[in-house]
Amino acid sequence: MKIYGFKGGVHPPEKKELSKDIPITKIPLPEKLIVLTVQHTGASVTPLVKPKDYVFKGQKIGDAQAFVTAPIHAPTSGTVKRIALYPHPNGRNVLGIEIEPDGKEEIFPDISKDSSWQNLSPEDIRKRIREAGIVGLGGAAFPTHVKISPPPEKKIDTIILNGAECEPYLTIDYRLMLEKPQLIVEGLRILMYVLGVKKGIIGIENNKKDAVEVLRKYIDSDIEIAILPTKYPQGSEKHLIKAILDREVPSGGLPLDVGVVVNNVGTAVAIAEHFKTGLPLISRGVTVTGENVNSPKNLDVLIGTPVSKLIEAAGGFREKPGKIIFGGPMMGIAIYDMDTPVIKGTSGVVVFSEKDAKYYEPVECVRCGKCVDVCPMGLMPTILAKYVRKDKLIEAEELGILDCIECGSCNYICPSRRPLLQWIRVGKTDILAKRRK
Amino acid sequence: MKSEMDKLIVSSSPHIFVKEDVSYAMRQVIYALIPATLAGVYFFGLYSLWVILVSIISAVLWEAFALFLRKKPLNILLDFSAVVTGLLLALTLPPKVPLWIPVIGSGVAILLGKQVFGGLGDNFLNPALVGRAFLLSSYPQIMTSWIEPIHKIGGMVSQASPLTSTATPLAIVKLKLTGYQLPSYWHLFIGDIPGCIGETSALLLLLGGVYLIYKEIVDWRIPLSYILTVFIISLLFGKDPIFQILAGGLFLGAFFMATDWVTTPLTKKGKVIFGIGAGFFTMVIRLFGIYPEGVSYGILVMNALTPLIDRTIKPRKFGEVRK
Repeated sequence: MKIYGFKGGVHPPEKKELSKDIPITKIPLPEKLIVLTVQHTGASVTPLVKPKDYVFKGQKIGDAQAFVTAPIHAPTSGTVKRIALYPHPNGRNVLGIEIEPDGKEEIFPDISKDSSWQNLSPEDIRKRIREAGIVGLGGAAFPTHVKISPPPEKKIDTIILNGAECEPYLTIDYRLMLEKPQLIVEGLRILMYVLGVKKGIIGIENNKKDAVEVLRKYIDSDIEIAILPTKYPQGSEKHLIKAILDREVPSGGLPLDVGVVVNNVGTAVAIAEHFKTGLPLISRGVTVTGENVNSPKNLDVLIGTPVSKLIEAAGGFREKPGKIIFGGPMMGIAIYDMDTPVIKGTSGVVVFSEKDAKYYEPVECVRCGKCVDVCPMGLMPTILAKYVRKDKLIEAEELGILDCIECGSCNYICPSRRPLLQWIRVGKTDILAKRRK
Repeated sequence: MKSEMDKLIVSSSPHIFVKEDVSYAMRQVIYALIPATLAGVYFFGLYSLWVILVSIISAVLWEAFALFLRKKPLNILLDFSAVVTGLLLALTLPPKVPLWIPVIGSGVAILLGKQVFGGLGDNFLNPALVGRAFLLSSYPQIMTSWIEPIHKIGGMVSQASPLTSTATPLAIVKLKLTGYQLPSYWHLFIGDIPGCIGETSALLLLLGGVYLIYKEIVDWRIPLSYILTVFIISLLFGKDPIFQILAGGLFLGAFFMATDWVTTPLTKKGKVIFGIGAGFFTMVIRLFGIYPEGVSYGILVMNALTPLIDRTIKPRKFGEVRK
């Protein structure tokens, strides 16, 4: 199919070869699991259990009233040990439920075994997806049931599954496409049914041609595969839609505004698996990689597994670690605590050695304009950063600072090593805080 | 694990960066200028090498002096920008200038062209051109004394003794000087003609320019729009367009000065406007000004207009609602 592409973007070293050929494996049950009450974009959940309570695998242990939220579940059976503050990948400490597994994997008795979604109404499927705690697994962890509940005036005509995986190092979506293609297609069909859409497209970067070949065997004429040029941030929703359909999500708008819903391939697998097993979202695929782990892995891990266990599974550190990143190296978050648990949005753990975790001293902007050239949103990052530093937030807003998708391309390319994105983030946060007042 | 934790670096994303920093880019510019520099030394003799070395060394020393006064770390010198300024200035000097000329020129370039504004990045005029403009207006005699190349390509022996003063092709045409023969396109292209040390070989400057474009340090839009504008205006005014683009400092200016990151617009559109503007002002000076050559001032004028261009020309925002 015709690909339209998008302006801007960068080509960081892919580094996918470290882990791309390693099949997804499970890891032994850890001694503790920490299920945080902040797993997703939206309202945090309130614990429904108390310390010393026995929980079943798949039992709901936290929920909230808000629309934009998703419940959390016990990843395995065991005892609630503590409900306390734990380190969140975002750097804060948030309320979490620590579970001590009993190793019996006793499944919550109420879990419905009925696996046929075909007999359910779209509304029932949405409810099931919400109750299963399914959120976008690409990284932002936006609750899926919200995404597939467009207001009636928005006509959705296309669903795109995001298999671009444009972040360097990460290979979990690639592995899912190779290993679970039928679930991806099944998940896409469920989404198409819920939204009454006739057209589904799976977008994949052309560095994953074998995934394209595998998926081709499972699709019919209702689903197309879009082979996209390998360019970061191809996996950004807005740029995926632009590249495949030549539609631009308006500034401040959502994919819904151009008739599209985008979901990650991992999310499609989670949906399909839920309707197969009845189990809620209690595990996910995580790539554990980087030059500083001995044997990079693609793992299927329980939500709440501390990162130390993941690194253990990947053969431990090669040398002294300098940086541990949750997510990819372009948009991921550097963590500082080895107890930080996997959350629903954790797509990868990338470990850099001290030597590779470079910190550069920024110098003056030399106005090369590279940040302007690579900005996929058509912004002028160096000017935005300058305005933020001078506290000229009105000017920054006029220049479109709120459109920034925080992909980091400007920061990556800057020859003056300026932390452009950091300043832009500060500006966005300040502007939004002022608006709320 | 605890002790390892203490050392983990926490910083805002992204966590990876390109290798190519400012210092890398400046070094590429120096490499790209080497062919034209060597050609200049070959054409005009070893003395011009002294001019070049004095210019570079004094530029670096002036930079060090300024950094010292400003209490800035001296490792800023490693960005190689002072070397580039010194080299570029030398290449725009006539081959036989006394050696104090590059010392003064680079002093003005570094101190008044750059450091008074806050150093690299904060200067709004091209430092080397500030230095050259100062020299041209202060020492017009010295700055317009030319010699014939001592070596010619293709076995042609220059008729005049190398020390005889001569005139640049542009001056011959502009001032309607008699007794001089205009060089052929071929000689204009390879550069064995009278002129500034590094400006005469369009061929080698083009080679260096293409290298910088390939390395994504120079945006092709500026040299192309600049040279094309000179070509078109020449045509419109009945001048020989090929002569106008090959004679004088256009290639040096278009590839190496009008493409200076700091003093040119940020956006692609802005860069095209810059090139067209520089071409326009270059030709205004060549056609109507008192100087035979207008590249330096053409670029300086556009340097001064760059903040205005950046204020006016913005890239199209993704998802911008068309009004």
